[in-house]
Amino acid sequence: MMRHPHVWMGLLLWSIFSQANAAWTVNMAPGATEISHAVFDLHMTIFWICVVIGIIVFGAMFWSMMVHRRSTGQVAAKFHESTTVEILWTVVPLLILIAMAVPATATLIRMYDTSEPDIDIQITGYQWKWHYKYLGQDVEFFSNLATPAEQIHNKEAKGEHYLLEVDKPLVLPIGAKVRFLVTSADVIHSWWVPAFAVKRDAIPGFVNEAWTRIDKPGIYRGQCAELCGKDHGFMPIVVDVKEKADYEKWLADRKAEAAQLKELTSKEWTLDELKERGDKIYHTTCVACHQAEGQGLPPMFPALKGSPIATGPKADHLHRVYFGKPGTAMAAFGKQLSEVDIAAVVTYERNAWGNNKGDMVTPKEVLELKQAESK
Amino acid sequence: MSAVIDDHGHADHAHGPAKGLMRWVLTTNHKDIGTLYLWFAFCMFLLGGSFAMVIRAELFQPGLQIVEPAFFNQMTTMHGLVMVFGAVMPAFVGLANWMIPLMIGAPDMALPRMNNFSFWLLPAAFLLLVSTLFTPGGGPNFGWTFYAPLSTTYAPESVTYFIFAIHLMGISSIMGAINVIATILNLRAPGMTLMKMPLFVWTWLITAFLLIAVMPVLAGCVTMMLMDIHFGTSFFSAAGGGDPVLFQHVFWFFGHPEVYIMILPAFGAVSQIIPTFSRKPLFGYTSMVYATASIAFLSFIVWAHHMFVVGIPLVGELFFMYATMLIAVPTGVKVFNWASTMWQGSLTFETPMLFAVAFVILFSIGGFSGLMLAIAPADFQYQDTYFVVAHFHYVLVPGAIFGIFASAYYWLPKWTGHMYDETLGKLHFWLSFVGMNLTFFPMHFVGLAGMPRRIPDYNLQFADFNMVSSIGAFMFGATQIFFLFIVIKTIRGGAPAPAKPWDGAEGLEWSVPSPAPYHTFTTPPEVK
Repeated sequence: MMRHPHVWMGLLLWSIFSQANAAWTVNMAPGATEISHAVFDLHMTIFWICVVIGIIVFGAMFWSMMVHRRSTGQVAAKFHESTTVEILWTVVPLLILIAMAVPATATLIRMYDTSEPDIDIQITGYQWKWHYKYLGQDVEFFSNLATPAEQIHNKEAKGEHYLLEVDKPLVLPIGAKVRFLVTSADVIHSWWVPAFAVKRDAIPGFVNEAWTRIDKPGIYRGQCAELCGKDHGFMPIVVDVKEKADYEKWLADRKAEAAQLKELTSKEWTLDELKERGDKIYHTTCVACHQAEGQGLPPMFPALKGSPIATGPKADHLHRVYFGKPGTAMAAFGKQLSEVDIAAVVTYERNAWGNNKGDMVTPKEVLELKQAESK
Repeated sequence: MSAVIDDHGHADHAHGPAKGLMRWVLTTNHKDIGTLYLWFAFCMFLLGGSFAMVIRAELFQPGLQIVEPAFFNQMTTMHGLVMVFGAVMPAFVGLANWMIPLMIGAPDMALPRMNNFSFWLLPAAFLLLVSTLFTPGGGPNFGWTFYAPLSTTYAPESVTYFIFAIHLMGISSIMGAINVIATILNLRAPGMTLMKMPLFVWTWLITAFLLIAVMPVLAGCVTMMLMDIHFGTSFFSAAGGGDPVLFQHVFWFFGHPEVYIMILPAFGAVSQIIPTFSRKPLFGYTSMVYATASIAFLSFIVWAHHMFVVGIPLVGELFFMYATMLIAVPTGVKVFNWASTMWQGSLTFETPMLFAVAFVILFSIGGFSGLMLAIAPADFQYQDTYFVVAHFHYVLVPGAIFGIFASAYYWLPKWTGHMYDETLGKLHFWLSFVGMNLTFFPMHFVGLAGMPRRIPDYNLQFADFNMVSSIGAFMFGATQIFFLFIVIKTIRGGAPAPAKPWDGAEGLEWSVPSPAPYHTFTTPPEVK
């Protein structure tokens, strides 16, 4: 039975690598695209090369350690150089490396070919969420973490997709060449979906390109891969890949929604309606820094409860939310939220947690600010 | 080789160390300063380790249990900074201070007063750095790589303290490096040509040149940050016409050679230890020297492999991929040479040898994952995951740290005049070995399965391996307290060590008595 130990070692490694139990996953998944399969093959090739070299070198060392011991009466040899072997073990690794560089180069060239895309998606990283814009389609939205805080703080059982679920996933069709234009509004993030083998840093002031063509419909999940501050671990990526027809329908629905949202700006809003809407916006957009009860995390993230801004003149409050505070983590939300949502969230903040101002900012006032800004 | 040893006990008293605390504050003696560096490094090792314990405790289970994400980020940042600049680098400078003069037959370091100053800058630097944890807004939280603009526009106010701390550490390192170069080039005993130097001296000489080349780059990098934060410049701010990617180029131009700064002296130490316990001369001395020099040269032209996903152009990507793969060649030569040194030797496995052999094998595993990371398309999947964390901990823990442990056990008899307790030493080795592998090996798996680094919480699929890692980390951490016990026990007593406690050892350091007298080689020995 033991005449072929390498066979047994191969079987052992194979059983480790092929086991289905997800919790003990030990290897990369081959992914869902041609490129991701090519990357997976490169990964496995270089891995097996390393395993073979390791077995030879460590094998020789273990042989020495077993056999060439003083306790077995071994007398040390005197040799300390050999030009032949030294040239050999310089040249052979060099040849292996060249053999490895060839397929790696070929794959890299394919990964860099972002020409002739069917769909362009602009991806913008924000602290701590992703924004997706379908270029030329008038469809754009933010994608926020959907895992409830109760699960994170161990008050509820954690779901299967804990920390890997969002409110609105990026939706893509199968078979199309999708080009991602990746940038950032604040710090550096990194947009990564392992199943596509796409990872690109989102850098403020830069637009990086990447592309994919997905063969199979399904939900694909990833995470921000570059440390981007406090909630770096809480800005997942979810991509919902649909059949072509389903994708077209989804896109049409989103366009209709966008049109509806525009109408909301001209609607007459009551204080309670704005507060109710603002409550939701606050708890997806503002809560990470200013916290659920408006208490903030001073001094980095000031409290809103009883703050001079939230209880002062409403024009100043609106100004701060719309334009942000340069040089701090407070972003300019005028570029991120619709007029209705800004009005709602400012109104909410002025009337929550004992900030009982009783006044409201209407979507029309936000629109006026926007128009004044663009002049 | 021959050596001149002054063994007249009474004369030593006249030239012995000063009494009391001021001995340590004012000392210019290379052995005292070496001791200070080593103790400082060990304190920082425990401090940085305790930060790691906080990290592993939080990651023990999914969910947030112990610390908030904001504090978690401070822990990862401080763990990296303290381990790199406070533990590993000062430990090697301590070994250099103690051993280089003894190995080349010099009476002291070439610039003793500067030596004192370069040590005493360090406690000041780390006091400044660690104190930021207690400031409002907290300490540095942007990772030890402190990428702008997270470390500039979006940084806590303590970033200014961090910048000055880095400056102090840099000045200390540069002075230390100048001292090492001046000592090696000028104070070698007659007859010790460069190609007769022990390999530890060689690797330190090359390391010192790396330090002089890159620490000023780091200083420039943090100075640009300081200007951006306080003086309205926009080096790293795209909004002002600057470039956040410039930061990464400058940082990694420092950062990659820095990686070798932390490993080359360990290469040197292991190249002393393996021949001793194999009772056979080092295989391929000359190729070891050239391989070290090649690694040092290549370390300057591979920096952007840390940046494969920032969007550098295809040609740049290919250049850095090829250059990085090339490093495998000289590194391979070194590993093959160590293995060949052991081949047909007469091996024994005292504690220094155990650490040295584990160094070769586990560092090679870190080298293998490094080779995988060099393949740019595959790196798109590895970058910023736990696979990278596994990789660099494999080269730093069983690499740099095991190299330091091996050196400590190897030279403890020379430093203290006592033999350490071999049973306890072996126990320390095996606990460290098991703990370290338990901690870092599963990180390869979670990284490949898709877990990003620097996150305080994770999906349930990563839970099991994270728990294994944490258990291993607690074990490794506790074991190092045990090392402290072993060292103190050795200082306070134990079997008296002869001048040359290892029968296979070669070199001038074994020609002076143990413990090494306060002044050695006041008359240079003759090297034939």
